[in-house]
Amino acid sequence: MREVAVVGFTQSPSVRREPNRNEIEILIPVIQALREQTGLSSKDFDFICSGSSDYLAGQSFAFVSGLDAVGAWPPVCESHVEMDGAWALYEAWVKIQMGYADTALVYGFGKPSMGDLPLTMALQLDPYMMMPLWPDAISIAGLQARHCIESGVLRPEDMAAAAVRDRANAKSNPNAQVKGDFSVKQLLAEPFLVNPLRKSDCAPISDGASAIVLAAGDRARKLRDRPAWIRGIEHICEPMDFGVRDLGRSRSTEIAARKAGVSNDKIDVAELSAPFTHQEILVERALGLSQKTKVNPSGGALAGNPMMAVGLSRIGESASRIWSGEADRAVAHATSGPCLQQNLVCVLEGN
Amino acid sequence: MSPDEEKTNQPVTVLACPISLDYAYSAGQSASRFLRAIADGKLVGQRCPVDGRVYFPSRGACPMHGVTFGDDAVELSDKGTVVTFSIVRVPSQNIALPLPYITINVLLDGADTILIHVLDAKLEDVHMGMRVQAVWKPREEWTTSTANILYFRPIPEPDAKYDSYKEHI
Repeated sequence: MREVAVVGFTQSPSVRREPNRNEIEILIPVIQALREQTGLSSKDFDFICSGSSDYLAGQSFAFVSGLDAVGAWPPVCESHVEMDGAWALYEAWVKIQMGYADTALVYGFGKPSMGDLPLTMALQLDPYMMMPLWPDAISIAGLQARHCIESGVLRPEDMAAAAVRDRANAKSNPNAQVKGDFSVKQLLAEPFLVNPLRKSDCAPISDGASAIVLAAGDRARKLRDRPAWIRGIEHICEPMDFGVRDLGRSRSTEIAARKAGVSNDKIDVAELSAPFTHQEILVERALGLSQKTKVNPSGGALAGNPMMAVGLSRIGESASRIWSGEADRAVAHATSGPCLQQNLVCVLEGN
Repeated sequence: MSPDEEKTNQPVTVLACPISLDYAYSAGQSASRFLRAIADGKLVGQRCPVDGRVYFPSRGACPMHGVTFGDDAVELSDKGTVVTFSIVRVPSQNIALPLPYITINVLLDGADTILIHVLDAKLEDVHMGMRVQAVWKPREEWTTSTANILYFRPIPEPDAKYDSYKEHI
């Protein structure tokens, strides 16, 4: 295996609604800041890979204009996934492993405020039995939360505690959207949004973008004193039909964590991309984290949820803590699909 | 077997699943600048700070160099040169013109990107290099829409030299 590290990371603030800028105009300053941070220009990237969704943009092939932010002349080697940018990073990592590239630019961007996000998310359900019912994403997650509570997997207090932790952590994150000091009691007093979910159980809807630079071996050492080496990365997908899945645990996260080697050593920092509090608890358990791990120092997805960039940002937030020496070993998580259907786990190390 | 039972026993071959999503689309800062200008009868592009090429309509960044255009607007003439053309003999749902009509790729004077529009001319007259000008709707009907330009028409100017537009074919 080639040594590959995260050496650059930039992100836009997560905001509920970007009133004036379109998706590409949100992305442009993020890519520019990344060029400045790494000192690399577009021609220095052997491979470029992006994650976005045409359903969020409401336009087919909307992702193509994302290349405006990169500058695609002379012609570049480029790819796109209709997924969170974390999966674009996976593709770039494979490309580097295969020897086709030594450096890669990865970015994710989304402007869900243009549409009705919970309804747009219904489009990822199976087209025959589920999608015609048009269930919104919060109701679907509510069914899972209900199952978890009724079967004793977790309690509403645990869910509120996750929100309290993330919002408190997010106070030190200038890019976070939801932050502040709250108590479990205070959050449990909120009315239900979709019973048993309260608004505080749901990640916000966020417009935003983030970008990462990967580099192999000595290229990485030249770009960073302490690169964040990817020591394990894996993604696993569960079946589409909810009826054949155990919704009270995240099997795919468990398998991905094992394959990525999460438990091989201590984990100082974990950044999780679960968009609902009960899902965050399921992911935390599936990763097998100990009490010593600081979970979501940035606030995680519950503090800022830029669609198609939120998972990639978890990898970036983890890497930045390796660069600074705050963590020696970190794990980043990204999810895709309803009820944690598909999960990606990435282990980063400073040494 | 009753007709109802017969129907029930038939395999489902078609599932109608009508879906619709509403979007409140934001044109973005650059396109908004272009659209506000065209509401005043002005055609606005933006200049790339790296190579000086003028992009029309204006957009956020140079797709070749990935640099922001900033706030500089470049106002263009509504005259231009036919780069290529096509005679359309097939009806299209969105274009209510009588057949046949002429579509053109027109390079506006001062621009480095082409605009696709229609040309009001005799079929036998249209040719590459032909000089044309926009014909606008009456001023009181102008809105933030490219439909402010009805079509292009030929103007009595000598043909543009091939070298001046060959890059855009």
